[in-house]
Amino acid sequence: MSYLSIRDLEVRLKGGGRLLRRVSLDVARGEVHGLVGESGAGKSMIGKAVLGTLPRSVEIVSGQILLDGTDLLAMHPAARRRLIGATCALIPQDPLTALNPAHRVGPQITDRLVDILRWPRAKAEARARELLAEVQIAEPERVMRCYPHELSGGMRQRILIASAFAAEPKLIVADEPTTALDVTVQKQILKLIQAMQERHGTALLFVTHDLGVVSKICQRLSVLYAGMVVEDTDVRTFFRAPQHPYSRALLAATPKYTDPTHSLTPVPEAVIATVRAEVAEADRRAGA
Amino acid sequence: MLDGRGTIRHKAGLRLWLSALWLGLLVVLALGAPWIAPKDPLAQDLMLGRLPPFWVSGAEPGYWLGTDSLGRDVLSRILWGARLALTVALVAGTLTCLIGATLGLMAGFLRGASDLVISRLVDIWMAFPPVLFSILLVAVLGPGLFSIIAAIVLIDWTRFARVVRAEAMTQGAMDYVASARVAGRGRIGTMALEILPNVLPTIGVLLTLEMGIAVIVEAILSFVNLSISTDAPSWGGMIAEGRTSVHQAWWVLVFPLLALFLTVLSFSQLGEGLKDRFDPVLR
Amino acid sequence: MTEIYRVEGLHLSLADMTRKPLLGAAPRIEILKGLDFTIPRGAVMGIVGGSGSGKSTLGRALVRLLEPSSGSIRFEGTDITHLGEAALRPLRRRFQMIFQDPMSSLNPRHRVGGIIAAPLRLHGFDDVAARVDRALDHVGLPRGFAARYPHELSGGQRQRVGIARAIALEPEFILADEIVSGLDVSSQAQVLNLLGGLVRDLGLTLAFISHDLSVIRRLCSRVIVLYQGRIVEDRETAALFADPQAAYTRELLDAIPLPDPDQPWT
Repeated sequence: MSYLSIRDLEVRLKGGGRLLRRVSLDVARGEVHGLVGESGAGKSMIGKAVLGTLPRSVEIVSGQILLDGTDLLAMHPAARRRLIGATCALIPQDPLTALNPAHRVGPQITDRLVDILRWPRAKAEARARELLAEVQIAEPERVMRCYPHELSGGMRQRILIASAFAAEPKLIVADEPTTALDVTVQKQILKLIQAMQERHGTALLFVTHDLGVVSKICQRLSVLYAGMVVEDTDVRTFFRAPQHPYSRALLAATPKYTDPTHSLTPVPEAVIATVRAEVAEADRRAGA
Repeated sequence: MLDGRGTIRHKAGLRLWLSALWLGLLVVLALGAPWIAPKDPLAQDLMLGRLPPFWVSGAEPGYWLGTDSLGRDVLSRILWGARLALTVALVAGTLTCLIGATLGLMAGFLRGASDLVISRLVDIWMAFPPVLFSILLVAVLGPGLFSIIAAIVLIDWTRFARVVRAEAMTQGAMDYVASARVAGRGRIGTMALEILPNVLPTIGVLLTLEMGIAVIVEAILSFVNLSISTDAPSWGGMIAEGRTSVHQAWWVLVFPLLALFLTVLSFSQLGEGLKDRFDPVLR
Repeated sequence: MTEIYRVEGLHLSLADMTRKPLLGAAPRIEILKGLDFTIPRGAVMGIVGGSGSGKSTLGRALVRLLEPSSGSIRFEGTDITHLGEAALRPLRRRFQMIFQDPMSSLNPRHRVGGIIAAPLRLHGFDDVAARVDRALDHVGLPRGFAARYPHELSGGQRQRVGIARAIALEPEFILADEIVSGLDVSSQAQVLNLLGGLVRDLGLTLAFISHDLSVIRRLCSRVIVLYQGRIVEDRETAALFADPQAAYTRELLDAIPLPDPDQPWT
């Protein structure tokens, strides 16, 4: 059974247009589910809806977000925050701004455990050291006493990963976690996320615009266009035989250094017209 | 598509119109004071001292907002006082803006030696307590319109210089500046044609704020009797006189205070409103 | 002369303001540590490397937004290494630059037409309006876009304006600094195809800075690989991808996640 199950999630700008159009998807325990699409397609919006961090200008209109069978949207907001705090975590996009520059790294990992989960401080610190070792940081003791600006981007992203896994979450949302990193560092970080996720059996919702990254880390993926899921399939099927013309077009636009004859084709107007028509049709049906 | 911006912009429009309305009205009244003012603002008549405003019993017809202890008409004095307040606001505000913004722009964009000199000057300047400084200045220069304006410009140019310098530094780091260099534009040209249009909205807001501040400074100087000649009508002078008789004749204090408050508030709202309304770049 | 740029022993150091002591000058960090290379006329030269490799610094030195500490840069035989701004001005028409972030490199207060026209006026062209129209045609934007502000355009359209501004001056050389890294794959493909076509049609020489070897392979005829301020490889594109010599090049290639679940990626 899936751990996270999103059913017909409908998100709108307050007093405005639709941002997510009846989005449904399932993520099983131990599974990595990719969310791909171009900027503005709503892929980050899904992660934010799950974690309850949507901007104030936006509202969930209808649908369900089931976490292990419990509908988050039917819960009292305070209880929902507690449940999310205890079971979910985020790996953010930008390691440079995600850590508070005014505080040392150690407390930024342990505070959540102490303040929200009421762990004794000694236990939280032991856990932080253990996790930093697990994300292959050589001197956990020293790094915990560092300020963020003393560490490299890759190092900070490791700390954020350690921090995300600290409270043994059942679900992690990773929002473009390697976009700001060099390709060589990206590889290390992706391998690390993958190893941690497998070891802890975490369900992972992985937001990215990079189909290459999806093919390396995800088992399933949803392709989004204008807040609508146009294809939801397993990774192998997607790369061998993408069903939707928009999926095929995205693949054709992605450069591949191993194939110099592969001519880069922008998403053709005809394909955009096709998905736009599908979106309009969906809007018409939702309106009816 | 509708979004949250619509409502914000609507509110901005309202405060823009209200503040523009008040200031426009004030300008017309100030310019027309010789014809509009019902009485001579300087005419004293001790028989008519401390008359209340028209809706209070005991009021005399023709003295709409009452009279002060010397029997001078409060409304007429407010209208004539507006001439002084607005002159100071426009002249002192504009001069302060021109001097401060130019220096700030040079310091922030040209950097180097000009920044060093201007920034140190600003630091030193700001170490003087502004109110004492201005009182001292007017005392030395002697009271008069010129002294008030000089005092405001000399004290407040640093406000513009600091903010504009910071803004010019931010803008100077943008790639459109590098791009102008690649195109072969010189430093001064880049400053005037690339940086200035991007700093202008900030300067505009500061300018209207400064006009409000100028009105307040003039009132303070009048309050301590250092403005223009002592019996010429000014809001600050009226407030000072009204203060002594507030228990017997509250109107002498309240009406000029209200005029001052509305004018200063309108200036600050006008700047913000204009920026929201006419800035083409929605950020 | 077959080369448009000849760079010899190029060193460049910048003041490190983050380590500036309370008193005294900031220490200088050496970004470029002795580079030697040439850019042949008509080449599309890829410059690739990780963050901190110095690739953007090298680019900005080539168009003399930065002044080298030592060594020399010759453009069409002229030594431009330490030329002052006044002496550079007539040369500036001939080497242009397209920037990474069009949101930052297009002045938000100017209309697209004005942005493209300004460099033309500076260099004394008389048929400015016609040249603006032609530049917009070249990059596939409707002429009516001249009246728009940058914030009214999409990311891909903005980057086309950046390209139009650079080609309007009919330069011999254009430096493109990470110009597709902020774009979606579809816009990226459009901009790359456009650039490839322009290089062919206008006989340009292009230096293309990127961190993405897949993009480099698609566009470039020759590649320089930079690592910590040094050139570790400088070869024809086909040869470099077929048989990378430097360990760092191999590491870069191995790290690229191809859109293919069967790629061994260890």
